[in-house]
Amino acid sequence: MSFDIAVTQLFNGVSLFTILLLMALGLAIVFGLMGVINMAHGELMALGAYTTYLTAKFFEEHMPSLMNVYLFFAIALAFGVTFVFGYVLERGFIRWFYNRPLDTLLATWGLSLVLQQTYRSVFGAQEVSVPLATWLSGAWTVSEGIQLPLNRIFIIGLTALVAAGVYLILHKTRLGLRARAVTQNRAMSSAVGIDTNRVDALTFALGSGLAGIAGSVFTMIGSTNPGTGQLYIVDSFIVVVFGGVASLIGTVFSGFAIAQAQTTLEYLMSGSMAKVSILLLVIVVLYFRPNGLFAPKMRS
Amino acid sequence: MLSVSKLNIYYGESHVVHDAGFELGEAESLALVGRNGMGKSTLLKALIGMIPARRGTILFDGADLKDLPSFRRVAAGLAFVPQGRMIFPQLTVEENILTGLETGRYRSIPSFIYEFFPVLRDMKNRRGGNLSGGQQQMLAIARALASRPKLLILDEPTEGIQPSIIKDIARSLNELKKELNLAILVSEQVLSFALEVADRLMVIDRGRIVREAHKDSLNIDEVRSYLTV
Ligand SMILES: Nc1ncnc2c1ncn2[C@@H]1O[C@H](COP(=O)(O)OP(=O)(O)OP(=O)(O)O)[C@@H](O)[C@H]1O
Ligand SMILES: [Mg+2]
Repeated sequence: MSFDIAVTQLFNGVSLFTILLLMALGLAIVFGLMGVINMAHGELMALGAYTTYLTAKFFEEHMPSLMNVYLFFAIALAFGVTFVFGYVLERGFIRWFYNRPLDTLLATWGLSLVLQQTYRSVFGAQEVSVPLATWLSGAWTVSEGIQLPLNRIFIIGLTALVAAGVYLILHKTRLGLRARAVTQNRAMSSAVGIDTNRVDALTFALGSGLAGIAGSVFTMIGSTNPGTGQLYIVDSFIVVVFGGVASLIGTVFSGFAIAQAQTTLEYLMSGSMAKVSILLLVIVVLYFRPNGLFAPKMRS
Repeated sequence: MLSVSKLNIYYGESHVVHDAGFELGEAESLALVGRNGMGKSTLLKALIGMIPARRGTILFDGADLKDLPSFRRVAAGLAFVPQGRMIFPQLTVEENILTGLETGRYRSIPSFIYEFFPVLRDMKNRRGGNLSGGQQQMLAIARALASRPKLLILDEPTEGIQPSIIKDIARSLNELKKELNLAILVSEQVLSFALEVADRLMVIDRGRIVREAHKDSLNIDEVRSYLTV
């Protein structure tokens, strides 16, 4: 009995972990690597979610036979749409605010309001949701006491894939090398020949695309409304800041720590009390380690 | 190849370099000497575009680079080894060199780089930040050479480096110059090093270039007087 509970708890923790990680990955790049505080990051997730909603509608009407696999198209499309949107956003808007964090904060906050209003006009104020593919509904019954929802298992697998993809892009491609160089020393990167403007745009677009994937995936566990992004953004920032800005590994560990703590505490107390405890914990840790758990050790 | 004229550089309102001008032809070498704070770094950084020049021209192969971002100047054929090296501390040695390939003039790290600096091959997978000062200097030179420049600009490459390594670096630079048909512009306070690697010397004093001549026709004692306080 207690074993079942332990396994279920662990699974819930891992499941929440992957959701937090999926939310935080895009932000880890935009905020962590580039140092851009994008308050509209949540609305980019919402954009991914709405893209998924539209894709589902399209498949429902035109290719109902493919409804079981529409999600894969939707995820790819959500990535593509938010990537391009992010690219245009960086070139036309964000880049004018570099090195002015307060202005960035205000400008992107304004942008998030504009986007929310746009979603409200286009999709209406009420929630929209997508049908869950049949192979994703239901649960895997491991034993009598342990039932693991299939959609959560799918999200865990997908997050692992996305996280591995991000790692490979950052560490095995030229774009990744450029992005890491620019993060460490922008002026010097330009002076070795790196087109820093292009790197900025592509990096921002990549972070945005990841937000799109997250938004797309979250349609599997909740419905979408114009304010959905606001729900995600706070948790994302907490995970990234707690883990240590500019540290992808930090983001992973921070997401894991917060998720496990939260699910454990939720088991012991009410959900909101658990949330409050986590926030207090985060505040205490940041008080003693202002640069987060995994601040990179730089030799100046 | 490089023709700088009437270059004026400011930090805010403080006017640091006044009407600097000089010429540098293909495969020539020129040393910029002067005491601390005379404006050597300011002038070199303005050439590579890390700080803006307010007035004047920087003609390179006929094109004015003055208002271009650094990466376009690197594409045009300049490369820069800054004072303090400024290697990327979190990147490995190999990755640091790879960042220099952006110009696309080499497709992969050319073999001569590791032949000149074998220690870099041995430390390929170490983080740049964990190298000693001398090794970081070699890495910064290697990274600059990976862009296949026509003109290599070095800002006080001997600073904080022990004499035996300084000799190594001078020898490497002289061989590289010949082998790659490279022009060199180097700032220095160590006169012996400047005389070893450069054909011509120019002296900068309080932001003005006050002497410029071939090293054989230069009054060395006079130059030395500019370098001592
Ligand atoms: N970022 C800056 N802002 C304001 N003034 C500066 C700045 N950097 C340098 N200066 C000033 O400009 C002048 C020239 O500095 P610069 O660094 O070019 O000298 P340098 O010849 O390279 O000296 P060193 O041999 O010590 O490297 C100095 O008076 C310095 O105080
Ligand atoms: Mg200097």
